[in-house]
Amino acid sequence: MSADSVAAAQAGEIPIGQLRSRGYWRSVWVRLRRDKVSVACAAVLILIALSAIFAPLLSPHDPYQGNVVKRLAPIGTAGYLLGTDELGRDMLSRLLYGGRVSLFIGLFPVFCALIVGGTAGIAAGFIGGRTNMAIMRLMDVFYAFPSILLAIAISGALGGGFSNVILALALILVPPITRVAESVTTQVRSYDFVEAARASGAGTWTIIRVHVLSNVLGPIFIYTTSLISFSIIVASGLSFLGLGVTPPTADWGLMLSTLRQAIWINPYAAALPGLMIFVTSLSFNLLSDGLRSAMDVRL
Amino acid sequence: MANYILRRLLYAIPIAIGVTVICFSLIYLGPSDPIAAVMPDEASAADVQRIREAYGFDKPVPVQYALWLMRAVQGDFGNSLQSNRPVLDELIPALQNTLRLAVFAAALSFAIAVVVGSVAAYSQGTWLDKTVTSFAITGVSVPHYWVAIMLVIVFAVELGWLPAMGMGTGSSRDWAWDAEHMKALILPVISLSLIPAGIITRTTRASVLEVLSHDYVETLRAKGLSEATVLRHVLKNASPTVLAVTGLQFGHLLGGSILIETVFVWPGTGFLLNESIFKRDLPVLQGTILVLAMFFVFVNLTVDIMQTWLDPRIKRD
Amino acid sequence: MSDCRKNIRREPVTTCPPAPTESQPLLSVKGLRKYFPVKGGLLKRQIAAIQAVDDVSFEVRRGEVLGIVGESGCGKSTTARLLMRLIEPDAGQVIFDGKEVGMRDGMTVTDLRRHAQMVFQDSYSSLNPRLPVEDTIAFGPVVHGTARSKAKERARYLLNEVGLDPSRFGRRYPHELSGGQRQRINIARALALQPQMVFLDEAVSALDKSVEAQVLNLLLDLREEFNLTYVFISHDLNVVQYISDRVLVMYLGKVVEVGPIGDVYKEPAHPYTHALLSSRPSMDPEDRKKESPLSGDPPTPINPPSGCRFRTRCAFAEDVCARAVPALTPIRADGSWLAACHMIIPGSGHSRAAAINEATTGGTNG
Repeated sequence: MSADSVAAAQAGEIPIGQLRSRGYWRSVWVRLRRDKVSVACAAVLILIALSAIFAPLLSPHDPYQGNVVKRLAPIGTAGYLLGTDELGRDMLSRLLYGGRVSLFIGLFPVFCALIVGGTAGIAAGFIGGRTNMAIMRLMDVFYAFPSILLAIAISGALGGGFSNVILALALILVPPITRVAESVTTQVRSYDFVEAARASGAGTWTIIRVHVLSNVLGPIFIYTTSLISFSIIVASGLSFLGLGVTPPTADWGLMLSTLRQAIWINPYAAALPGLMIFVTSLSFNLLSDGLRSAMDVRL
Repeated sequence: MANYILRRLLYAIPIAIGVTVICFSLIYLGPSDPIAAVMPDEASAADVQRIREAYGFDKPVPVQYALWLMRAVQGDFGNSLQSNRPVLDELIPALQNTLRLAVFAAALSFAIAVVVGSVAAYSQGTWLDKTVTSFAITGVSVPHYWVAIMLVIVFAVELGWLPAMGMGTGSSRDWAWDAEHMKALILPVISLSLIPAGIITRTTRASVLEVLSHDYVETLRAKGLSEATVLRHVLKNASPTVLAVTGLQFGHLLGGSILIETVFVWPGTGFLLNESIFKRDLPVLQGTILVLAMFFVFVNLTVDIMQTWLDPRIKRD
Repeated sequence: MSDCRKNIRREPVTTCPPAPTESQPLLSVKGLRKYFPVKGGLLKRQIAAIQAVDDVSFEVRRGEVLGIVGESGCGKSTTARLLMRLIEPDAGQVIFDGKEVGMRDGMTVTDLRRHAQMVFQDSYSSLNPRLPVEDTIAFGPVVHGTARSKAKERARYLLNEVGLDPSRFGRRYPHELSGGQRQRINIARALALQPQMVFLDEAVSALDKSVEAQVLNLLLDLREEFNLTYVFISHDLNVVQYISDRVLVMYLGKVVEVGPIGDVYKEPAHPYTHALLSSRPSMDPEDRKKESPLSGDPPTPINPPSGCRFRTRCAFAEDVCARAVPALTPIRADGSWLAACHMIIPGSGHSRAAAINEATTGGTNG
């Protein structure tokens, strides 16, 4: 290798000044931090999460202890910042505690579905052939139901309750994640670098670990975050229908359902739990969008 | 093309069979013996056994499935445990009521979304685009059942303009195309159209932008065509995707209207489903879900075929 | 010679290669075949087969550069992938360094992939975008059991060899490099396992002309330094002429001509080679061609023409060309130059058979 051809290679083809190598995830982080909307949404979500975690410390009242005299007090009542509900329980305390249940039954199914659907999809995409057929056709059957209907059908048949709602939600989230995981894996598998790795003598597991996972986990993760908002809305919806947790547990969806009966007396009490669901779901959606453009993923 | 449609039809058969299997197995998901659950406490063991045999619950599960499927194909979903009427008799009026909501909601969201989405794409990057995009993302992030309650608070409780619940006169379940019934339709339709409007707006914006990025649009302009003619070409090329998404959203509306129907006490399939769940009326639950899912399969199939017909480039394997 | 006898239980090979004169060939390919199924109809059954590579035999001598040329879709790349066992062949023998690949007493596929490596056409998709290029180069040695630090060291050494400063480029990601730089990385990756042979599948085709020349010179430098043998696949006849010692011409999955580059380019024996070579634009404006020597696209390899596959586009086609498949026939007595055309097979029944045969051998004497 002659010196001048080194110089030619380095000077001729690309200006060197603009090249400052950064790890992929670091550059994503930098881009995400520059996006004001994402930062704001992340802050809101952290605030909501912290207030749910520290609900026992932050709550001014016992969320289950009602005061019959002070039922449906309006927002701003002395001692009850956000008023009281139909049983005279402090709204603020119940909203804080409600976040614990609502966030958990919204988020945990997504996590379960990511594990199950991600694994199934990557396997289907990488193995291909009959395995792919079997997995994807099974998912197609679940796809044949409108997702909310399927969630209601499963939790309805199971009989509702905390764990059944989580199961039902996870079940409806698995097929879309599997589909996305399958399609990105199939795409990555077709790239020459996978062939090149095989040509280097690497085995299947090494190729999956080093070359496939590093390229598919990002897109799968991004897609999954875009489902969180949907999951939270449906989870609260199931509670709203009475299929989730049972009273007197504080949960945003369930609170919305019971306060709805009282709209002729105190209309705005029903607004609060719904607003919490809305803000949480919107923040997750916007943050997911921000993350997607920061990671420059096209699905 | 004909080949593709035929293959698509054949492909729908195993899917439909899978759907029936899931619907059938719903009975067995329950926490308790489906028969014991509906029998009064004082019923004797012999009575339970008699009912069990009458419903075929004593046979092996695959046989039960086959018997159930054969009856279901003929429209016999059994009798409601609650009212003792055939499930189909309860299902058909409910389905009509739900369809009424879904058709209006799909039409409303489509009309708004196509206009707003195209405008946003044409003014990409401006405040107008940003406003539309924000509304679209709000539409898909908002719990629509909560919006329904808020609409009731504003327009029924505070202003008293529109009914808060029901389908027209009192608890009547008969539909008529008069002002009273139409007024009852307004709030449910608006709340139902939020999600599809958001999704279709995003799709329209993205497809129009995609079409606009192609060189042939530049060619049309270079040829001196008026902007209106160019727009017609753009919309024509964006339409297969947008129509497909609208079709799918229509399917989702049928299954997803349960929350809105609950808020408005609208006597549709969602309401029926809700009642059947809490009264553990399994035949009604099973029948309703089966019919809605089959409807969804049918809508998907139609959308697919229509899309192929509109856009011959799509010939998926 | 025992290799030759093994052919009995396989596809019949038309010619038994002559005994190696100075040494045995590094790579010997006999009767290689790959048909890809074509599925269709309502039930997606196999309805036809793409005859991507059909009965291909050739040899590569140690230290030489064999160019493989042909129109797109003629099976060049499939051949390379078959030789690397990235695709399983349907039939045929691949003998590397005297040992048959995939045979119990021969060479394992893993061993083959240490001794032979490949550089792909698309410099971008052949590099993992999430891996710093240095790790990509070190990947092969690590897989083959080299310690990570040793492999890294080798990667940095090779970066320097391909003309990229390791301290400046090693930790970069593929998208931070230009096409030429990425292809240098791909070459370094191929060399990381210290192979004897490298398959270059359209390795410079996607590069700008100036960069292409740099990379070609780099390849020639490296060949000398590391004692490499190249199989250079390209559709660019000029590039092949520049780098190759011998050339192999493929048409619709079959070898139509193989021989020393100078001879073949000067006096092509097969009408297809002739047409291909005359389709190159001339440097002389006086010598402008008014008509294209090759019209139309090659027929589909799904149902290739009977007999000689080139006959549908050949100006000299006669009845015999449709009836019989022409065997690769020596043009020179020592077997260094072969072509598969009825016109050069004496007594084939083609009206020009004898005359053409004489003329060709006479012209390339010496």
